[in-house]
Amino acid sequence: MTASNRRRETLAVSKQRRDQFEQEVTRLMDRLYGTALRLARNPDDAEDVVAETVSNAWKKLDQLENPAHMEGWLFRILHHTFVSHWRRRQCRQAQEVDIEPEESGVRFSLFEKLHQPFLLWWGAPEREFVNALLQEDIRRAIDNLPDCFRLVIVLVEIEGYSYEEVSRLLDLPLGTVRSRVSRARGLLQKALWNQGREAGLAKCCNPAAGTSSGGDV
Amino acid sequence: MTESWISCEEVVESLFEYLDRELDNHTSVEIERHLERCHDCFSRAEFERRLRERIADSGQQQAPEQLRRRIRDMLERF
Repeated sequence: MTASNRRRETLAVSKQRRDQFEQEVTRLMDRLYGTALRLARNPDDAEDVVAETVSNAWKKLDQLENPAHMEGWLFRILHHTFVSHWRRRQCRQAQEVDIEPEESGVRFSLFEKLHQPFLLWWGAPEREFVNALLQEDIRRAIDNLPDCFRLVIVLVEIEGYSYEEVSRLLDLPLGTVRSRVSRARGLLQKALWNQGREAGLAKCCNPAAGTSSGGDV
Repeated sequence: MTESWISCEEVVESLFEYLDRELDNHTSVEIERHLERCHDCFSRAEFERRLRERIADSGQQQAPEQLRRRIRDMLERF
């Protein structure tokens, strides 16, 4: 192959990859923004995280071996970009983000609050409750979680990361991730319960639930 | 040979890790078998699965037009 043919081929590949990059970024924009917003909570910060993600991804595009994996690769860059932002912000604010709030030990189960075993197959108030929750309710509940819990919930429940992956990304011991995920779920379910009750969604809750191990609110 | 049965308490204790696919294969299979024959635990697992789906959906949010413009401008400069 001559040098000019090789150059033409390289340009064609790079044009193809560039087009694919643009298409993927455009296609995933809502999810990239939504994830950044759940992580950052603030729309301006979320936009900055997405913009920096696209810029970082473009710079590293040659390192992506298989273009079919671009989606997962973009989200990994988004998470790394957010974690860098978050660490810088924490340093500026001199906060001890790894200290878990006192209430983090609460174990709370929405299912135990809502489930009525005597209804057997004919009714499922817990299913009705979940179906009636608005996306806005869920977003508000996630946004109100303390940073250390919000991050693990977004990574595990929204992004489907394994505990091992979260451990590497956040530089935390695996056992800490495991316990944070568990506590974060308790806090999230408790927040959803409170919001649902305020919105009148929990009219048919389990009357015995207040005395269960889930504790009252 | 006796077959070991996992209890409801053990299923409840491990349910989230089961749904997160963080358990070893043997324990996961034990939990699946239990869910096939225990209506209460099955209802609980279905509830948690459905709640997870709703939470996962919350990650999708319409990007503002100004962000789309910003990214378009950026891509044109690359």
